[in-house]
This record gives sequence, structure tokens and C-alpha cells, in this order.
Amino acid sequence: MFSLYGYQDIFLEGAWLTLQVALLSLVLAVFLGLIAALAKLSHSIILTSIATLYTTIIRGIPDLILMLIIFFGGQVLINDTSYNLNEWFNEVVTGYYPDHEWTAYLPDYIDISPYIAGIVTIGFIFGAYMAETFRGAILSVDKGQLEAATAYGMNKYKRFSRVMFPQMMRHALPGLGNNWLVLLKTTALVSIIGLQDMVKIAGDASGSTQKPFTFYLVVALIFLFYTAVSTTVLKWAERKYSIQTR
Amino acid sequence: MTAPTLSIRNLHKSFADNQVLKGIDLEAHQGDVISILGASGSGKSTLLRCVNLLETPTSGDILVNGELIKMKMDKKRGAIPASIKQVERIRSRLAMVFQSFNLWSHLSVIENVIEAPVHVLGVPKKEAIVKAEALLQRVGLYERKDYYPGQLSGGQQQRVAIARALAVEPEVMLFDEPTSALDPELVGEVLTVMRDLAEEGRTMLVVTHEMAFARDVSNKVLFLHQGLVEEQGKPEDIFQNPTSERFKQFISTVY
Repeated sequence: MFSLYGYQDIFLEGAWLTLQVALLSLVLAVFLGLIAALAKLSHSIILTSIATLYTTIIRGIPDLILMLIIFFGGQVLINDTSYNLNEWFNEVVTGYYPDHEWTAYLPDYIDISPYIAGIVTIGFIFGAYMAETFRGAILSVDKGQLEAATAYGMNKYKRFSRVMFPQMMRHALPGLGNNWLVLLKTTALVSIIGLQDMVKIAGDASGSTQKPFTFYLVVALIFLFYTAVSTTVLKWAERKYSIQTR
Repeated sequence: MTAPTLSIRNLHKSFADNQVLKGIDLEAHQGDVISILGASGSGKSTLLRCVNLLETPTSGDILVNGELIKMKMDKKRGAIPASIKQVERIRSRLAMVFQSFNLWSHLSVIENVIEAPVHVLGVPKKEAIVKAEALLQRVGLYERKDYYPGQLSGGQQQRVAIARALAVEPEVMLFDEPTSALDPELVGEVLTVMRDLAEEGRTMLVVTHEMAFARDVSNKVLFLHQGLVEEQGKPEDIFQNPTSERFKQFISTVY
């Protein structure tokens, strides 16, 4: 194995953490994106408005700012909510039992783990981009394909899972792949909220060893490795799914 | 006396202000092959699409094997099916063959044929495959079973679509202009398969422009004009002695 001034093991752990954050964010983003796309295409004005609000806001604000707002703002919001609920519960209980002593029904301070916060934030941001990709993909599926599914008695879940989903993914793959590459690189931002990913470790290590170039170069190479592998897999997937049309 | 396989009573369909069907009655018994003719815009495709509720009729009754498709009134949308479950069950007993084939493009030929039996009717996959292979054999496309629809000619795709329809053992087969999207030299192969099905006693409703098919294969012809049945009867009668001026005109222009 290569040696990095003794940082190699913790560095590999950081690289693995980066990949975890990226993959779990991707799962969340695809899930949110699908729901938002379906909401946008639904006939309900309420659903359409919520989805449009979501994609407009998220896509209009820099990722870094969103991450700071969700992590720090979310922390404050959760703690305030927890505090207020506690006060309210106690007030209600005291109303019934006047000699009741103040009790913390909910924890006074909830610490959001940067790991969860990072995944939620990135998933949330990229869900908005995925929504647009999926919306376009859904619209490009030929209506006759679904009509045949309806005519043969499929219910709406079967129509989606057996016909719509596999067909839309073909159209979604290029956009999905693009989003994935950007998402992967965006994980570098989780270092600012204190997650021990490889970017954070590189920062710490270069601080103590005075070798920033070495460490950041390694980070760059690992990202490049991840994206290169992704591109290859995506090319393969696109080819696999396009053969069927001709 | 058994109930007709399909009966349609006083069927109306409007799109917004446009009345497309203005009261159609139709009865199909086991083994009937009914051709539905008419100029474009006469409502013939809409009629067919109302049978399996791809279009929701504005009013009127549809009965499949004596079972009435129940409808209810919705404030916003007008008449809608009372039970989508019932509609889905009935749809699975009617098979449709589309003008533009509509084979599922992400599935191979054999997968297309077993899709509805396995995933709608719950037939075990192995059993469905054996049957699908026999059906593909029958429409002459067994050798192409692992191809994708995009790799086949229009005529071949339509024959696969017919195999897909047969795979659900339908009570009634609905053909929506099955040869209209085909190059002239490919029409014959599809008509041959359809002729075969008619001889075998399948109940078929065929919207078509193929006069020869209507005259030689079907036992009943319906001519629609502006949303009404303008002329109907046995083909040998109405082609020889049409009573309606419009039908006379229609056959003279198409021939």
C-alpha cells in the first residue's frame, strides 16, 4: 500500500465514507425526484404547486448555502421545536396535576449527525434536479405503450412498474448519469459540516504536515477514479438499454 | 338461451361539446366476426375504445358475458366506472390489437406475449411460455421470439400483437384498424392470420378499411356515419343491396 505520512488508512476510510454519502444521497434523490416528477405531472393543483416550489427553490440556491441552512438551520429548528413542545406538554400536564414537576419529555438538545445531514441535504438538492430529468423521461414514453398496458387489464401500479418505469429509465439514463457525476463531486461540501470524509481529512492532514498539494492531489485522483468508473458503467447501461429499440 | 358475449346498448360518447357517438346498439354472440366500417370521424374507433373503457362512455350500457360494467356519476368528470377493479378484470378478458401495434418496446417478443398472462392473470411463467411459443409458432414468428419489437417489420409486429392478444384467451378480440399502419405488401400476412382466427370461431370486433375482409370474413357489418349506425346486416346482403345512400357512396369510393 502507498504511504501518506501515516494518513493512508484514515484516508481510505474517508474515501469510503464519501462513496457511501454519495450512494445513499443518490437513492434519496432518485426517490424524491420520482415523486416530485409524478407530482408535477399529476392533475392535482396542490401537488403540482408543491413540486414546482420545491424544484424552483432548490435549483435557485447554491448547494453550499442550502447545506449550511439545512444543517445549522435544521439544528436550530429541531431544537426549538423540541423545546417548545416540552414547554407545551408541561403546561398541559400542569393544568391537570398542579403539583407536577417540570419534565423533559423530549430531549433538550438533539445533535444532527453530519452523516445523516449530509445525505439528507444532498439527496434533497439532487431530488430537484432528478425531478426534471424524470419529468422529461416520463413525457417521452409513447402513450400507446401505456394504453396497451391499460387495455390488457394492468392496474396503475403495474402500469408504472412494468411499463412506465423501465421505459422512462431509458430516456432518463443520460440525465441521471450527469446528475450522479455532479452529485458525487458535491459530496466534497459535507466536509464543511464536519463529516470525516476524504476532503475533511485532506484538510486536516495538510494542515499538520504542510503538504496540501499531496493530499488534495490524492483527493482529486480518487474523485477522478470514481467518476471514471461511473462513466464506464453509465456507457454500458445506456448501450444495454438502447439495444432494444434497434 | 345464453347471454351475448358482448352487448352495447344506447352508447353515447361526447368529447366536450363534440358528440362522437349518438346512441349505438351492438350485440356480438360467440363466434361473431363484426366489421365496423365508416369514414374517418364517424366514431368507429371511439366505439371500439369504449368497449374496453379506454374511452369512458358518456352514457349507455356495456355488458360482457351478461355482466354489466357499472358506472357512477362524478361531479367533475361525469360518468366514470364505479369499480376500477371490475373494469380491469373485464379488460383482461378482452384483447385489443392496435393500429400502431403498441408492443412493449422494452420487452422481447416472447416477453410481450407472456406479460399479461403472467402479470395480470397470474398464469405460472413456465406454462405461459409454453403457450406463447405455440402461439408464435402459429403466427409464424417462433424464430423471432427473442427479438425486440424494434427489430421487426410492421407486419411481424402486428402478428406478435395478435399472439399477445390470443395469449389471454379473450372473450372478444378488438381490432382497431390493424392494417392501416402497414405497407401494402405487409397487409396480407396480417389479414391471413385474422381470417384464420375467424374460421376458428373467435369473437371479433374489427374496425377496418379492408372491404374484402369485411365482405368475405365477417358475418356482420356495421356502417357508422356521424356517430350513428347508418346501415347494418350480413355482408352479402348489404354489399349487394345497400339501403343507405351514404353506404352506397362509401363502398363506391373505397373500391
